[in-house]
Amino acid sequence: MSHLLDIEELNITFGGLHALRDLDFHVEEGEIVGVIGPNGAGKTTFFNMISGMVRPTSGDILFEGETLVGLDPNQVTQRGIARTFQNVRLFANMTILENVMVSQHCRTKRGVFGSLFNTRAFREEEAEIRRYAEEVLGFFGSRLVGYRLEQPASVLSYANRRRLEIARAMATRPRLLLLDEPVAGMNPIETAELTRLIGRLRSEWGFTIVLIEHDMNVVRDVSDRVVCLDHGETIAQGSFEEVSSNSDVIEAYLGRPLESKK
Amino acid sequence: MTAEQVDEVTRGPFDFDIRGSMRRGLLLGLGLVFISLAGLPIGLDTRILIKPVLSLGYLSLIWLPFISGWASGTETVLDGVATTKRGARDLVRGGLVGLIGGACLSLLVLLMNWFDLRDPLVNWAPPLSAILQFDRSIAFGVLVWPLLSAVLSCAGAGLHIITPKIRSATLSAVLFTLAMAIFETFIVDVADFLDDKLYGQNGGLTVMSAIVVACLAFTVSAIGLGRRVATARVNYQQSTGKTKASQTTMLIAIAAITVVVVPMITGKITQELFANIGIFLLLALGLNIVVGLAGILDLGYVAFFAVGGYTTAVLTSPNRGPDWPSWVPTLPWWGALLVTIAISGLVGLFIGAPVIRMRGDYLAIVTLGFGEIIRILFLSDWLNGYFNGAQGITNVPPADFGIIQVKGTDPRSVFYLVLVFAAISIYVSWRLERSRVGRAWMAIREDESVAEAMGVNTVNMKLMAFVVGAILASFSGAVFAAKVGSIFPTSFLILVSIIILVVVIVGGMGNIIGVIVGSIVLIGVLGGPKQPGLLAEFSQYKLLIYGALLIWMMLRRPEGLVPNVRRSRELHQEEFLQDAWLRGEIDDDANTEEVDS
Ligand SMILES: Nc1ncnc2c1ncn2[C@@H]1O[C@H](COP(=O)(O)OP(=O)(O)OP(=O)(O)O)[C@@H](O)[C@H]1O
Ligand SMILES: [Mg+2]
Repeated sequence: MSHLLDIEELNITFGGLHALRDLDFHVEEGEIVGVIGPNGAGKTTFFNMISGMVRPTSGDILFEGETLVGLDPNQVTQRGIARTFQNVRLFANMTILENVMVSQHCRTKRGVFGSLFNTRAFREEEAEIRRYAEEVLGFFGSRLVGYRLEQPASVLSYANRRRLEIARAMATRPRLLLLDEPVAGMNPIETAELTRLIGRLRSEWGFTIVLIEHDMNVVRDVSDRVVCLDHGETIAQGSFEEVSSNSDVIEAYLGRPLESKK
Repeated sequence: MTAEQVDEVTRGPFDFDIRGSMRRGLLLGLGLVFISLAGLPIGLDTRILIKPVLSLGYLSLIWLPFISGWASGTETVLDGVATTKRGARDLVRGGLVGLIGGACLSLLVLLMNWFDLRDPLVNWAPPLSAILQFDRSIAFGVLVWPLLSAVLSCAGAGLHIITPKIRSATLSAVLFTLAMAIFETFIVDVADFLDDKLYGQNGGLTVMSAIVVACLAFTVSAIGLGRRVATARVNYQQSTGKTKASQTTMLIAIAAITVVVVPMITGKITQELFANIGIFLLLALGLNIVVGLAGILDLGYVAFFAVGGYTTAVLTSPNRGPDWPSWVPTLPWWGALLVTIAISGLVGLFIGAPVIRMRGDYLAIVTLGFGEIIRILFLSDWLNGYFNGAQGITNVPPADFGIIQVKGTDPRSVFYLVLVFAAISIYVSWRLERSRVGRAWMAIREDESVAEAMGVNTVNMKLMAFVVGAILASFSGAVFAAKVGSIFPTSFLILVSIIILVVVIVGGMGNIIGVIVGSIVLIGVLGGPKQPGLLAEFSQYKLLIYGALLIWMMLRRPEGLVPNVRRSRELHQEEFLQDAWLRGEIDDDANTEEVDS
């Protein structure tokens, strides 16, 4: 299997609701895939399923050729998939630094013994965790570093919380990064800046990215390929131009041409 | 910012919310009647505080009007809104509150005279009448209570009128005098020579010495000692880096020397008290890791205390049950301790494994069940051959360390042993909090599903918290076995779990200093589930006071006496954000326009 992520014949039902239906989906190494679709289409459910927070009713998810079905979310993260949340879910009372340090948990291993006896290995690992945390935070310029490091995440502005969520996901050292509406609620300047950063996430950090977004400009600017979901089904796949001119997609978005949504 | 900058308006003496004050008065009355019928005045009357004017019984009543009076005058000060000038109005309002409250008590005096409700209300009896009538006629009681209550309430309200400096001096005088009187046994135990200087024949300060003590406290406070301490504290909190580190070391050193030296010079009562505080402190420190750090509400924590106690007893006592196979050795105490630690850890795993996948309320209920199951197992006929059921295991020998023997009759040795373990527990808590494991625990406390999605193995980490907590509790159990010399199922009631939890909550969850303060205040002053505290007289009403304190804390100071910065942030999120915004620390979306390099 040559794809990084391969999803086959996947179904999820919540009671009578068919949230995802016969979904086939794949991501190549180094790709940026945009997932679009109207509200309630099942996009977030799609992420929840990959990251192990909901179990598929049937079907298979293969990551690097191995199945993810049945793994706990932390095991999925360990395999190299990290995500952000649509409704920002930071550890609000932990400091910004700690938020990014704790998400390196599955990449580090010192336990009770090391910390009690303050062993050399423990100290080195702590220093490395901290260094990497600062490196990741530094990716977003000066906003999340300096005096901010020791502040609780709850004092951050909305845009910075979204950035911190991305940083936290980056710190798990993933191969595949799942971003759920990363620019929701940001102003145009912030949006443009984050769009550039998403490009750099691939070019500089080497992440493969799947991104859910309602902002079509962002989707157009960053994605190599776009998938449109509606009522849990893939209704179109291909380049942004192909998908955005697809008549099913236009219909799904209440019959309006996509361009007028700007 | 401060109230002085804003204009004050003057209002007439009767210009206040009369209905509100009447409601407050009725509440006060309800409180007084409740305290009377709960039996505090009778139970505590024999304990004389200031001879011959005040007994603890009367104090249990009269503090309430005073506080109500003060509370009636507190007003929320809003920035930029004119405050009302303090004056006669406050006194009138306080007086009204007190008058109504006292009148309720008068009504009780009359009713007690007319009806006999002794059947449901055991304290509805002549002794209470006698106290409420000041051993005189009914009319005297009926007349005096409203007056007395009004005067006290006025005095309480009057605190708002005087300047802050005099207020704090007056309060320290009153509180210090009362403390000297209430803690008489303790003070005499520590400083024997004060006995005949301060206290009268059958206990209680003499009027003379009460006045001297009050004046002393007043002057000391007036010179500004309290303020200097406060400034020093602020300085300490604001210092950073090296200074802070060296100051912290110094504070720890002073604290360490104090706890080591003080038991050497005090009498048995104090040493016993310290030993009890220490045993519960050990438990509270362990529970603090489980509840405070990892956010697992474990209501069955006493189970690990029991396992620690029983394991030590079985391995050291000649009187353990007859069914033990002969290969189970009888060990010296420290040898048994090692086995105890291992077994408690295992039991922690064993109980934790099925419980840990649950969350929130479900977990609390299940742990509550396990706490009881463990105790009932020790009590059961089934295991009678091993643990002797209700007879328990007696004759647990002292912990023998060659130079000293730690046993119940020598509370000082127990205290030093506890001190060693407390130091270990504090170190463990402190190290773990600042490590990978501690961060994972905090993340689980904040949001378990997100922690899991960020790669934290929540099951393992929660189990680890459970096991660490179990091991810390087993220290306490082992010391307890050596101290008491016998182990019974009744020492491990569910009440112990609750009291440790209250200690952690009242002290300040997630904060080591808070847990220490909580243990000293609750176990030291009020006493443990069976152990007497400083206020031995209150032992009958201990649970009443624990409950009242817990409710008050939950309403007014949910973060505990010594709050953990994070938790108080969590509980006062809005105020915290507002303060941060005022200080300019909140990140505005406006300034994010800077483009990163
Ligand atoms: N845990 C759940 N239990 C029951 N129904 C659910 C659950 N999670 C999602 N759903 C339902 O599945 C459908 C898809 O939801 P989902 O959150 O995936 O939509 P979405 O495409 O992310 O929408 P939006 O653009 O608003 O974020 C919705 O109808 C939702 O109500
Ligand atoms: Mg969604």
